Amino acid sequence: MMTERLRTHLLPVAVMALAVLALWYAGALWLNAPQVLDGFARAHTDHWTLSEFARQAFSQKRPILPTPDQIASEMVQSLTGYPVTHVRNLLFHTAVTAGSALTGFGMGVVLGILLAIGIVQVKTLESSLLPWVITSQTIPVLAIAPMVVVILGNIGFSGLLPKAVISMYLCFFPITIGMVKGLRSADPLSLDLMRTYSANGQQTFWLLRLPSALPYLFTSLKIAVAASVVGAIVAELPTGGQAGLGARLLSGSYYGQTVQIWSALVMSALLSVSLVWLIGLMERFVVTGKRGGTR
Amino acid sequence: MQAPLPPVPPPQTVPPAAIARTIVDARNVTLTYQTADKPVYALSDVSLKINKGDFISLIGPSGCGKTTLMRTIADLEQPTSGEIIVNGMTPEAARLKRAYGYVFQAPALYPWRSVERNVTLPLEIMGMPAAERQQRARDHLEMVGLAGFEKKFPWQLSGGMQQRVSIARALAFEPDLLLMDEPFGALDEITRDHLNLQLTRLWLQTQKTCIFVTHSIAEAVFLSTRIVVMSPRPGKILDVIDCEQHLPRERTLDIRETPEFAHIAQRVREGLMEGHSYDD
Ligand SMILES: Nc1ncnc2c1ncn2[C@@H]1O[C@H](COP(=O)(O)OP(=O)(O)OP(=O)(O)O)[C@@H](O)[C@H]1O
Ligand SMILES: [Mg+2]
Repeated sequence: MMTERLRTHLLPVAVMALAVLALWYAGALWLNAPQVLDGFARAHTDHWTLSEFARQAFSQKRPILPTPDQIASEMVQSLTGYPVTHVRNLLFHTAVTAGSALTGFGMGVVLGILLAIGIVQVKTLESSLLPWVITSQTIPVLAIAPMVVVILGNIGFSGLLPKAVISMYLCFFPITIGMVKGLRSADPLSLDLMRTYSANGQQTFWLLRLPSALPYLFTSLKIAVAASVVGAIVAELPTGGQAGLGARLLSGSYYGQTVQIWSALVMSALLSVSLVWLIGLMERFVVTGKRGGTR
Repeated sequence: MQAPLPPVPPPQTVPPAAIARTIVDARNVTLTYQTADKPVYALSDVSLKINKGDFISLIGPSGCGKTTLMRTIADLEQPTSGEIIVNGMTPEAARLKRAYGYVFQAPALYPWRSVERNVTLPLEIMGMPAAERQQRARDHLEMVGLAGFEKKFPWQLSGGMQQRVSIARALAFEPDLLLMDEPFGALDEITRDHLNLQLTRLWLQTQKTCIFVTHSIAEAVFLSTRIVVMSPRPGKILDVIDCEQHLPRERTLDIRETPEFAHIAQRVREGLMEGHSYDD
């Protein structure tokens, strides 16, 4: 049993991870080579071995591509070297970003679901509202973000809210689209059943349309929660905030601190993955029964 | 081989009021589906009177409009011409009064609800108190041989079990008119016999009116007071066979060995063969 699982599950994962790591180190070797050669030239080191070269390439202070171990040790240092409330602790920044991402996500869920219900229940909204919803997503978030910050700042909102609004802007769309599809996914026979019971619109909605929409909703929620992290990070760039993963990325790129940038990137990826995982956990509790309909 | 004849039942004493109370009156019903390429004549000039307490079987080749006729009676399709009166009102009014219990050709269970909560669904919509609807669900699940499966989910059941849940769901609703579209199609012979017996008992007990679609001649003859034989393209009624003249209302399985039964079955078979001759 155990060896079977090892062979079918762990082995491919391990092989893939090793391949990625090997590629990464090879890339670091290649991309950091000019820096290393420069250093040798400046020190008038004419005779160097390959292992000397590699050691140098993997331990540059400001490498073009830092190695995984450099990123890991930077992260460990940041996470364990300072209290969590300290600005040099990455968890502090992660929490700031997560705060605005989740606030925006919450707002996006409410907005997205309300829009979907409106579009499904009110015929005219589909043709009048849906084009706006779609158009809204054709404007790049990078263009919208500064405007939102300026406009909201002008009417007295700063800090969390503008960032949350930008997250929401990225979030609500997948939720609306998924939910519209989900609310319409009930099969004709199930709807006929409701008709023979002479169920009213509300009963049909709560007892049939909403439960059949849930699997679609959760798929959208996973996409949306990841988008909300992106939105929060993008929003931290124009706000010029001192805190948040976006601020870390920005200050890292100001000072050419590539290791710091990559640490923030890894942190944001970890944040997104854990949020998606949490949604998956919720899904398992909320969506009872296996899907795929009756046989 | 001469099977022993069952004891002759005492003549039925039917209260006079029940004799002629028409519950479904279809008059010259025609229904044409408009499809992309050409119209489909699903029903053509179908007239049928069904009295309260009748058990009507619809039998005929696949695609002859049995499902369409039932759907039209239940206000799920609108006739192109002609009219249907149910309980003295339009099918829509009857539907709004929750006169129908419909067992579809497919189980149509809600996969996110347990078996019991599937059965209580219509009762919830009616606004029945929780304790009462649970009791009703249990009773009816037991009736279709699914006691102990209340907490299972539909996908954990076999196809035939799912169909029995959908029968329990329709029965628990206690409708005036029970419409069943091939409810026992997916069942083995023994379970089918058992449920046929249960169904006639229930029907006698409750005085319900049933419309029943089947492809089995024996099942039709065993259950019905009248058998409606249909033919396809366009769907119409070829023959209506009155079984009550020859068979008692109260039936047991061994009635199937009687010559009367064989005689009716033969007539149904002839009708069906005539219906099939329309296919070429
Ligand atoms: N929604 C629809 N749109 C177009 N044509 C339809 C539709 N429903 C049924 N039909 C057609 O109407 C005819 C009658 O169909 P119906 O489902 O009533 O047959 P049936 O007697 O119940 O057959 P079966 O025994 O296979 O269930 C068929 O030719 C079918 O193709
Ligand atoms: Mg059919």
